[in-house]
Amino acid sequence: MMLKKSLTNFLVPIFFSIVFIPAALQAAEVTKEQVKGLDEQVQDIKKDVLELTSELSRLEEKLLFPSNTQVSLFVSVIGDEGFVLDSMQIKMDNKVVAQHLYTFKEVEALRAGGVQRIYTGNIKTGDHQFVASFIGRAKSGNEYQRSENFKVTKAVGPKFVEIQITGSSASDQTISIKDW
Amino acid sequence: MLFRFTLFLSALLCSLQSYAASGLKEVELHDLYFGEVLYFAYQDLHFDALARLDTELSQYYELDESHLDPFNNHLSQAEFSVGDIELQYRMNQRAGRAIQAVLGEGLDLATRNQAALALARVFYKKNDPASTLYALDLIREEPDKTRYESKYSLDVLRGKEPETFKTDVAYLRALASIDTGQFTEAVKILQSLKGEKILKGYVLYNLGIALLQSGKEKEGLAVFDELGKLEYSDDGLLALKDKTNLKLAYYTLDKGNTKKARKYFERVRIDGPFSNRALLGAGWVAVSEGRFDRALVTWSILHKRAETNYSVQEVLMAVPYAYGKLNAHGNAANLYDHAMDVFAREIASLDDSIKTIRKGKFLVALLDEKSNKDKNWVVNLRALPDSPETRYILELMASHDFQESYKNYKDLAELRHHIERWLSDLRVYEEMIEIRRAYQEPLLPVVEKKFVKLDVRIKLRLEQRENLATKIKNMLIAPRPEYLATATERVALDVVKAFEEIIATNPSLVDQQVQARVKRLRGVLLWQIRSDYDQRLTDAYNNLVSLDKIIKQLKITYNSFIRTRQAATQSYEGYTIPIRQLRTRLFSAQRKLKGVMAKQGRLLETMAINELDKRRKRLEEYQIKARFALAESYDRATKAQLDAEIVKQTQANASVKASDEPPAEVQEAPVEQEEAVQEPPQSDQSSEDEEESSSSFKQQLLSR
Repeated sequence: MMLKKSLTNFLVPIFFSIVFIPAALQAAEVTKEQVKGLDEQVQDIKKDVLELTSELSRLEEKLLFPSNTQVSLFVSVIGDEGFVLDSMQIKMDNKVVAQHLYTFKEVEALRAGGVQRIYTGNIKTGDHQFVASFIGRAKSGNEYQRSENFKVTKAVGPKFVEIQITGSSASDQTISIKDW
Repeated sequence: MLFRFTLFLSALLCSLQSYAASGLKEVELHDLYFGEVLYFAYQDLHFDALARLDTELSQYYELDESHLDPFNNHLSQAEFSVGDIELQYRMNQRAGRAIQAVLGEGLDLATRNQAALALARVFYKKNDPASTLYALDLIREEPDKTRYESKYSLDVLRGKEPETFKTDVAYLRALASIDTGQFTEAVKILQSLKGEKILKGYVLYNLGIALLQSGKEKEGLAVFDELGKLEYSDDGLLALKDKTNLKLAYYTLDKGNTKKARKYFERVRIDGPFSNRALLGAGWVAVSEGRFDRALVTWSILHKRAETNYSVQEVLMAVPYAYGKLNAHGNAANLYDHAMDVFAREIASLDDSIKTIRKGKFLVALLDEKSNKDKNWVVNLRALPDSPETRYILELMASHDFQESYKNYKDLAELRHHIERWLSDLRVYEEMIEIRRAYQEPLLPVVEKKFVKLDVRIKLRLEQRENLATKIKNMLIAPRPEYLATATERVALDVVKAFEEIIATNPSLVDQQVQARVKRLRGVLLWQIRSDYDQRLTDAYNNLVSLDKIIKQLKITYNSFIRTRQAATQSYEGYTIPIRQLRTRLFSAQRKLKGVMAKQGRLLETMAINELDKRRKRLEEYQIKARFALAESYDRATKAQLDAEIVKQTQANASVKASDEPPAEVQEAPVEQEEAVQEPPQSDQSSEDEEESSSSFKQQLLSR
């Protein structure tokens, strides 16, 4: 009995020391090959998911926005660099269909020549009234608001409209429409 | 050594991309969706940009008359941008292939050259300097500057000045030459780039390295010295200047030139990222001159700084060492005691951090939403509860491998999110399709039946219209007034004709007067028809034009109906199999992703734990040394006290004796000079070059 107890006293610490080996000893070394190998696997997954996303986007568009009813509105900013676009609102047939608050990166991307797709939806053929409004500010902090009405005639095919915000100075920004 | 240079040079190369200015130049947008791709790309939303671009390209290639699509105007740009964005999304393998494909298409020289440069960057990023040089050799001749203004890379679209192309090529060639051991070639190129303002500091740094590597030590050091004296306002260049001065300082210190070393250490900014190492080194310079008091001045500044820093931890041992040398053993003992407390606290903190990482908190914190907004998130995450102390792993986190693994982990998390969203969307789409089917299927046969009837009528009317149009057209060539007679006139003519037949068959039945009346009647009718013919023909033509307007509207409505009917069928037909296949592929990608993400996460954890463990072991060693040094300091302090007592006692005895005996020659008490046998602080085993140089210098110094 005494022997058993002393054996237990001896074995328990050994057991614990084996089970709870210091964390440091368990951590294996990380090799360059491991990092590179994983990076290649990550690239493969990126490729797979990109291909899937491309196919799914097309399926989604076909399903949700058939070409005979599809309408897409795009926003572009051309003009004074001192103007900062804060927000945009689009009304279609007296109903707000899109609102967007711009981040710094988005404003920069628009300025650099990017075009934002602000709305994609379905409308029936014929004429539709749209109202595009924006709020922006100059570097001085002055705030500017503009609003513009325009008519979109939807035919059988998909309709693409570009809402251009243009102007030579921050106070002079206007909205114009380009029918694609 | 060379590898370390490569890492640093890679960082410099990547930093070049930030020179791109904003503002689209001379690029006319022909396709809104390509504009959308740019919108995502400019925000560094590479996945969205690539997904959109892939979709556009695949749609384009499926078109029958693709040249009519507006996207055709951006095709070369798009093909090239795919590779460019993929490169930024760290898909080096695919980017290389995409750019190589562009190179093979025999496009104009400007595009080819841009593609070759991009390809060279891909190879350089993949640590393949030989292929980098091969890709750079594909740039045949300097293209006309103006040709770049509307082409092709994202950088150019962003408004990057085209004249930097030549510089970029030369600089990359120099870096690749250094990596392939062609130092003379690198020196030649870098010498020619010394005038480039945007590369100024980096060119000098690499030139210094190339000169040193090619055996021209004196020239190399002169270049470093020049770099170390330049005035900059840019933070990156200031850090480079500090790093250069620090390198020079430790180099000259190792050579035993303490005067020069001090000069270089003094050039390092006291608030810069290398100030701790500079202060530490400056202290060792003073020690080498035997000025322990002076060493304490610089080390005391460092002594008050954050205790997680390598240099500060070393100075925790170095300060009491210097005090020991100044025979201030009491102070030394106290400071060793303080050092032991600090090391114990830091070890406990490291243990906690390792435990936290093992619990998975580190990975959770790395994926926190704040990480997208806060550039210093990795540093600041220690402020979160249950997060590891990241100050210990800052250097690791700044390393290329960790950064790449961290970005990959974040990308995988984003991809996981995309897959989950698509899987959830697919369920909604299936439900939507079923609702559409339930609504449309019973309606369509009824609509179809009605449509068939209407279709027949429409076709008939269209045929009638065609007949009328033909008749009117013929009447313009050969007038046929009778075609335009009114219904009353036709009836009247028929009656007259009937009378005429009777007169012709039985002339006896009708008298001359009646015959004359019939004749007159016909004449009246023909007169009326023929005299009104022109007006009637004009009216008929106008009516046909009006009819055409109605028919045009009818055709629009007809086509619209046909499309709607087709869309109604397509709204629920033909989706089942594609959705099933896509779901299977999504599940497969999800499984694969989970596995790789777990591996990537474990790798990050292992990297962090290894680093923390390294720090822990180092602190444990310090702790042991501090313990011995503390004991020794106590011994020395006690011994010094005892010696002082003995001296005092001896002096007292001597004065008693002197009063008893005649005056003799005064014997000076032997004050034991402390030998430099005190345990020196362990040299820093950090991976940094400076610290290696520092340690080798210290070994020499301490052994002396």
